[in-house]
Amino acid sequence: MEKKIAVYICTGCGIGDALDVDALSNVALKEYKADICKTDAFLCGKDGVAVIKNDIENEGVNTVVVAGCSSRVNADVFNFGPNVIVERANLREQVIWCHPADDEDTQMLAEDYIRMALVKQKNMNLPEPYQVENLSKTIMVVGGGFTGLTAALESAKAGYRTVLVEKEDKLGGYVGKMYKQVPLKPPFTDLEENCIPGLVKAVEEAGVKVYTSATIAKTAGGPGMFDVTINQNGGTVEERVGAIVLATGARPYDASKLAHLGFGQYENVITQSAFEEMVAAGNMEAGKVAFIQCAGSRDQEHLPYCSAACCVESIKQALYVKEKNPEANVYVYYKDIRSNGQYEHFYKKAQQAGVIFIKGDVTAITESDGQLAIEADDKTMGTTSEADEFDLVVLANGMVPTAAFGEMIEEEAEEEAAAAADEPKVVGPTIIKSNMLNLEYRQGPELPELKYGFPDSHYICFPYETRRTGIYAAGVVRAPMDMLSAMEDAAGAALKAVQCVEATAKGEAVHPRSGDMSFPEFNMNRCTQCKRCTEECPFGAINEDEKANPLPNPTRCRRCGTCMGACPERIISFKNYSVPMIGNMVKAIEVPEELDEKPRILVFACENDAMPALDMAGINRLQYNPWVRIIPVRCLGSLNLVWINDAMAKGFDGVLLMGCKHGDDYQCHFMKGSELAEIRLSKISETLNRLGLESERVRATTVNIMDYDKIPAMLDEFAEELEELGPNPMKDFQ
Amino acid sequence: MANKSILVVGGGISGLTAALEAAEVGHEVYIVEKNPYLGGKVTQINQYFPKLCPPNCGLEINFQRIRKNPRINFFTMAEVESISGQEGNFDVTVKLNPRFVNENCTGCGKCTEACPAERANAFNYGLDKTKAVYLPHEFAFPMKYVIDARACKGAECGKCAQVCEYNAIDLNMEPKTINLNVGAIVWATGWDPYDANKLSYYGFGRYDNVITNVMMERMAALNGPTKGKIVRPTDGKEIKSVAFIQCAGSRDENHLKACSSVCCLASLKHATYVREQYPDAEICIYYIDIRARGKYEDFFTKVQEEANITLIKGKAGEVKEDPSTKKLVVIAEDQVAQEVVEKKFDLVVLATGMAPTTAAAKVPAEMAYDEDGFLVSGANTPGIYAAGCVKNPLDVASAVRDATATALKAIQSTVRGQQ
Repeated sequence: MEKKIAVYICTGCGIGDALDVDALSNVALKEYKADICKTDAFLCGKDGVAVIKNDIENEGVNTVVVAGCSSRVNADVFNFGPNVIVERANLREQVIWCHPADDEDTQMLAEDYIRMALVKQKNMNLPEPYQVENLSKTIMVVGGGFTGLTAALESAKAGYRTVLVEKEDKLGGYVGKMYKQVPLKPPFTDLEENCIPGLVKAVEEAGVKVYTSATIAKTAGGPGMFDVTINQNGGTVEERVGAIVLATGARPYDASKLAHLGFGQYENVITQSAFEEMVAAGNMEAGKVAFIQCAGSRDQEHLPYCSAACCVESIKQALYVKEKNPEANVYVYYKDIRSNGQYEHFYKKAQQAGVIFIKGDVTAITESDGQLAIEADDKTMGTTSEADEFDLVVLANGMVPTAAFGEMIEEEAEEEAAAAADEPKVVGPTIIKSNMLNLEYRQGPELPELKYGFPDSHYICFPYETRRTGIYAAGVVRAPMDMLSAMEDAAGAALKAVQCVEATAKGEAVHPRSGDMSFPEFNMNRCTQCKRCTEECPFGAINEDEKANPLPNPTRCRRCGTCMGACPERIISFKNYSVPMIGNMVKAIEVPEELDEKPRILVFACENDAMPALDMAGINRLQYNPWVRIIPVRCLGSLNLVWINDAMAKGFDGVLLMGCKHGDDYQCHFMKGSELAEIRLSKISETLNRLGLESERVRATTVNIMDYDKIPAMLDEFAEELEELGPNPMKDFQ
Repeated sequence: MANKSILVVGGGISGLTAALEAAEVGHEVYIVEKNPYLGGKVTQINQYFPKLCPPNCGLEINFQRIRKNPRINFFTMAEVESISGQEGNFDVTVKLNPRFVNENCTGCGKCTEACPAERANAFNYGLDKTKAVYLPHEFAFPMKYVIDARACKGAECGKCAQVCEYNAIDLNMEPKTINLNVGAIVWATGWDPYDANKLSYYGFGRYDNVITNVMMERMAALNGPTKGKIVRPTDGKEIKSVAFIQCAGSRDENHLKACSSVCCLASLKHATYVREQYPDAEICIYYIDIRARGKYEDFFTKVQEEANITLIKGKAGEVKEDPSTKKLVVIAEDQVAQEVVEKKFDLVVLATGMAPTTAAAKVPAEMAYDEDGFLVSGANTPGIYAAGCVKNPLDVASAVRDATATALKAIQSTVRGQQ
């Protein structure tokens, strides 16, 4: 599009008092030949906005720079529809609120931000949404247990064609074999009849297409266009689906590993599921029963995690015994009773029914005359507790996600090359070949594991922030949980699946860049098949052909730009975000000559956390170094090393990357962005040294959104260290 | 033809999530929030367990989602007055309470500089003060100031209006009522901390060094009343010892009968706050059961390894104050040691639980509640759903999951209504 660019400088909130606004206008009009530049004392007010709207309607302005407050505020006020590009130059939070008024350095900073905004606009275009041919809005649910049936029903009730794939010949899964189930509704005290028969009927009535005795041989494509090959009864069926809910459940922990609790040794030591089947079959006659909690769970030698459901399940099973024979003796040996929330009422019900709860670790189980004796270290009585004449001991043996079973994919990624070059290696996702989805993804056939085999999200605020767009794990395959949680989780995952197909139909990204219509485009002529983009994409969006050419799948893409940052040939760009765009912004910044003694520091800041933190420094009127110029990036993962070269060639004295925490408790919403940026940085130091530049001039730091109070010192310290190094020797060569 | 739009009552993490998830499917959504800002209780939390990451990070992303989504409409300082109609077609009246600051506000803050009146800062549970015209907190969304009418000296003072260059102060603003027609309603009004004044045996309200877990969050927060320093409220001095009393009001026949689900993990997290500031402080947790379910067990394990805490199995019976030193004595039966123990602490933190907001304020529609007042979803009026902590005591991740699920239920109501 032919751009008609207008710059509007707000002089309100003290901007006009602190800065020479005429000089700012000159930058826009004379230096950058903007078509229009106007100032207004209250640009976000009705009259100010009317001026802009009038220019759009009557003067043909289609590209607007608002120089005033941060884009964190007034986004709605300065939104002029999808056909007008709007860029904000943050003169308030990041200039006048954190730098002195009427000051040469402050003025230079403001002028640079106007330059950067104008260059950014010149280098961007309105995105055009990616459209899928033969898009499918069908939701596929994998797993026909309680969670899968619930997800399928919820999806169908929302009006979406739904298919359900179950590997057994019958629907119902683990819960289907239960005698009764834990309460799922208030007052949370009563055993409920098994819901599976009703659920199966409802699923059938809702028109869900059910495949039983079926497994998935292959899942190709991406959201809106997954082509799934289903094996069933020796034949195959093809389904095109839009999104997938993975609800393959968990398996009980292998009780044969619990020999210390007598399993395998005494036939009356049984598992929770065996007890369930025994009661369901009407074969449970025991008059004295012990339940042993955390049999395998909360044990570093077995399952370090808590399996979450066992306490309420054992309370339920204890009540089975009492239901059949109120005089029966029932003991529950536990570490902590975890009947969270309203399940407290259920726990109380069992206590009132006479179930005896003993806090203690079971130290020995022995048998004599067919009856079992338990020795435990009773924590509340402070003694060793000994009880005998048990007819049955039931082990609450926890759960292991189905996603955990299978061969682990080894990192094949150019290990030798990396080792030879002594470079830090990009660690890809851990994927276990559990044979559930068999994705045709270059990075592996299943969802990446988070921990303990669970493909959970790492996020508290975004539990469905999946690493495979359009595929949402639900229920106990995602995380250990009880039935009540699994029921909600099924509906939650179904919502995300539905949302993904709707967004894909519009050509929009899903979370966290929801609504973003840009996507990466590859200039394949210059590709060298280096595989960096296909390896580093956190979402596995890019496949490869036999010749290692990247095959992007835009509907899997989350628009973080990690591929763009990774590409040494710089062939990947978005319509509104590209290597030249940022590079030209760097080049637009005025770097004073060495004699001026005004060093320059370039900061690349993650727009999710570091940018708001910088704004907060302004809101709190914290003052920081005026040599700093900040460029927000979608994610530090999108950092292309050529920008560092650009900055050094331009004469910047230092470059600082501000990104999110990485490691086990990483906070990057694109998983690996800040980590990848640091790895890339480590590779540039040699180049810098060759140019006669100290590698200390370029560094990465972690900034979370609450670190704003640390930002001034962080920048000052860096500036001091750069002063010690002396000016960038390339400064005056440009 | 049913209305496809959805009303979400409550703009905390559950309400925001339900609203955003539905809007990102394509539905028009209205959020009604009683506070002058969105974000609810999580805005007051310093860090989330188990990652110890700042809630503002996720909130900021959610606010970005709102900024970019034209289908989300929100009203702050608003409350639902009445609901009529049925699934697919509800008529709702919403009262908009006066903010006394209009949309002209730029957030420049000059009014606060000029304001001579002060108010107790509810955001910090009264631990400090703000001016009568104030920004609720620095991350406030929307970033607009607000006037507390109870503290404001009114039009005869008018200093704020005089200094405001944008005509943003309107001291005569009146409440307004608006009507909305929606297809489904999500009730996500969350929880209130259980009133610790009802736990007289723990001395809250009588002894200033007895605080609650929500106050601890503010004290540990950089933007809190002590700028993040955990100190004794009576003298602002550093602490050498702290006790956490679990189930303060929860799992208790005389108070909240349910378990509040989050308090164990919250206290373990608070132990990490204390340990970070005080490598040598004594940290005791009095508990009945430590409920770190699922993968949170890792957090429990980590805190035990790293924070050097003492876990005492037993419900604390009483807290007394030594009037001369203001130290507190916690009297509890240690069930493992089989004795009544008395220990002295500088600070006592009550792990008060979650009372559903519906224990105090009911939904203006035919609904059912459990014995603690938690709202039962969809029981009596189809099309009105509960989400988050108003329904079950939940941690944040579970509340988000629940709100996401509830968004789908609400969408189903709008689909059903069409048939």
